[in-house]
Amino acid sequence: MKITIGAINDKPGSSKNYKTGSWRTLKPVINLEKCKKCWLCKQLCPEGCITKKEEGPQINYDYCKGCGICAHECTFDAIIMELEER
Amino acid sequence: MTEEKELFACGHRACAGCSEPIAVRMILEEAGPNTIGTICTGCLEVVSTGWPETAWEIPLIHAAFENSASVASGVEVALRQLGRDDTHVIAFAGDGGTFDIGLQALSGMLERGHKILYVCLDNEAYMNTGIQRCSSTPLGTSTTTSPAGTYSIGEDRQKKPIGAICAAHCIPYTATATIAYPQDLKKKVRKALAVNGPSFLHVLVPCPTGWRFSSEETVELARLAVETGIFVLWELEGGNLQNIKVTKKPKTWRPVEDYLKQQGRYKHLFKPKKRQDVIEKIQQDVDQKLIELGITKET
Amino acid sequence: MTKMTIMGNMATALGAKLCRPHVIPAYPITPSTLFPEKISEFIANGEMDGEMIRVESEHSAMSAAIGASATGARVCTASASQGIALMHEMLFIASGMRLPIVMAVGNRALSAPINIWCDHQDTISERDVGWLQFYAEKNQEGLDLMILAFKICEDKRVLLPGMVGIDAFVLTHTVEGVDVPDQKLVDDFLPPYKPEKYLDARTPITFGSFGTPEFYQEFKYAQVKAMEESEKVIDEAFREYKKVFGRTYQKITPYRCEDADMVILTLGSMSGTARAAVDILREEGKKAGCIKMTVYRPFPGKELIDVSKNAKVIAVLDRDITPGLGGALYADVAAQFVNRTAHPVILNYILGLGGRDIVINDFKEIYDKSHQALEKGIQNPVEWINLNKEIL
Repeated sequence: MKITIGAINDKPGSSKNYKTGSWRTLKPVINLEKCKKCWLCKQLCPEGCITKKEEGPQINYDYCKGCGICAHECTFDAIIMELEER
Repeated sequence: MTEEKELFACGHRACAGCSEPIAVRMILEEAGPNTIGTICTGCLEVVSTGWPETAWEIPLIHAAFENSASVASGVEVALRQLGRDDTHVIAFAGDGGTFDIGLQALSGMLERGHKILYVCLDNEAYMNTGIQRCSSTPLGTSTTTSPAGTYSIGEDRQKKPIGAICAAHCIPYTATATIAYPQDLKKKVRKALAVNGPSFLHVLVPCPTGWRFSSEETVELARLAVETGIFVLWELEGGNLQNIKVTKKPKTWRPVEDYLKQQGRYKHLFKPKKRQDVIEKIQQDVDQKLIELGITKET
Repeated sequence: MTKMTIMGNMATALGAKLCRPHVIPAYPITPSTLFPEKISEFIANGEMDGEMIRVESEHSAMSAAIGASATGARVCTASASQGIALMHEMLFIASGMRLPIVMAVGNRALSAPINIWCDHQDTISERDVGWLQFYAEKNQEGLDLMILAFKICEDKRVLLPGMVGIDAFVLTHTVEGVDVPDQKLVDDFLPPYKPEKYLDARTPITFGSFGTPEFYQEFKYAQVKAMEESEKVIDEAFREYKKVFGRTYQKITPYRCEDADMVILTLGSMSGTARAAVDILREEGKKAGCIKMTVYRPFPGKELIDVSKNAKVIAVLDRDITPGLGGALYADVAAQFVNRTAHPVILNYILGLGGRDIVINDFKEIYDKSHQALEKGIQNPVEWINLNKEIL
């Protein structure tokens, strides 16, 4: 990418080009049967990589760093952390 | 189902479990896209603005460390002069950029009456440079410049009462918040953005790296800080501290030990031998603060 | 046009007013204080739109200037000495972000010992921050250079900040006759500032990126190229100014240099004294000339070589000092000639620090000393003029 005058970045949200999912050692997995769609996980995700879907929350593993906040905070134990297999 | 656009995008390089992006996401969700942000040098800047990428989906300016407030002052006045003052201005800064090096600029911004929401994201030390003590660092905390040792309990000074200092400028709105209470935080952002003048929001953002706890415990630590009274959630309209309104009171107040023992930065208070004296002093300080806030603890 | 008899600070303030800045963040400091006072007065009386930000420090003045300029506003400020030193880190950031902020300066010495009087140490010390630098000889130039600075700095080929220096007290507080141009003419000369990119919620952009080693050097290179590009923009602006307002500006203005053996290089208000001294020296049969430098950054090296290459000696007068080296201007001038096989002897004279008067006799001494150096060899290339050795 060519540099711009004054290092102004005119590509908002371009951080998405960098996939932080590779940082992950543990992977959150959602059990949709237990999920009550309270969306707390979405709210508390530092990455903002959990989106609302009809069937429940969906994690974008391209960005999930595996911090485990979603699993730790889920009131309904609907998320478990599994060892990442690569 | 329509998805609201995230204004702080994925791909930022904050540590796993960092609470700063959680706070920023909540604040921007409330403020909306018609917002200009200023940030100061520090973790938030480093993780979000590395050329050629930016995590920001709002217009943003980072200039230096000590001046998020004065850069924002320029933005706010320019918007008014250019007839675009329907845009919110939010100045973000860390605790170093607020309590220490940025205090003068912040005081100036508050005193001059700019319509700016100033958000201090407080992780209680200079985390970006490697966990050095700040005037935001609480008593008994081990940091790299206030290390615990044979002759040291860690930080030997009290945390600076930044909220009271800001409120003393008689600004329209001052509040504290943390990520464990999203509704409380967002309500305060809403109120702050509605006042006609400066507002100050002090947000506790637990730092897994600097506080030394496991990344999944970030929100739990924020909650524990509130439930122990270490960090009281309150709001205040105007400058009279007598009018502080506590917005979250737990059913039962937990002992500070529950909060301290979960963090590596306090492990010297428990091992090799328990420093009951320091823990008691921290507890007494909390009890005293709660009395001053007119809170009677249930036994 | 209106003829007014005013102090230098009033001239730069009027120059600023004519440029219709939106935002003026400023902090009072001697000898520039009259600038924010006058701007405040203009606004209070409804003679000027725009808004002052009465900041709590110079650091915040420049920070607010950066915030406002990045938002798309035309911004100016004023400062001096310690104030500029306090701004130092933000001056780099203003130029790195390519924000065409204009600052009026009352050139003043730096502490310690504290001193409020004239020398050029404050702005000379900022020669590396990436700002264009202009120095006025008289109040008229102070006014004109403010307008010119906005014109040049806001040019799309430049987009860099600029500072206009007027000497402390000698100009800031000295009353002179000044032609104040009509607003209409200035409006035509300087159209509204319309940056292509600015902070706007409709087009979110990020200012202040983090530049890793992979990119930083290219950003700096681009910034330096813009400074180089400003050389021709300055010439264009000076030509247009002459056409519209009738007054001539040059990056350097030579006086009786054509056949001169010795040329004396000056900045700021001492340039007038230099011309008077040259006239006297000429009457004595000495082939002296002098050069006034109006633009210090970008450094007018080509022009300087052209004018002085045939002289036997260039006497560079520095109202500043880089301890351990000599004058900063001396080093700049020497660098221009260093790769030429034949060039004049370049000598340096430090004088007028902390408000010490610079008088015609000083120039005579400089001539004699330089002449002696030519004949007997250079004893010391850096000499201090008018130094009271009795109290040392």
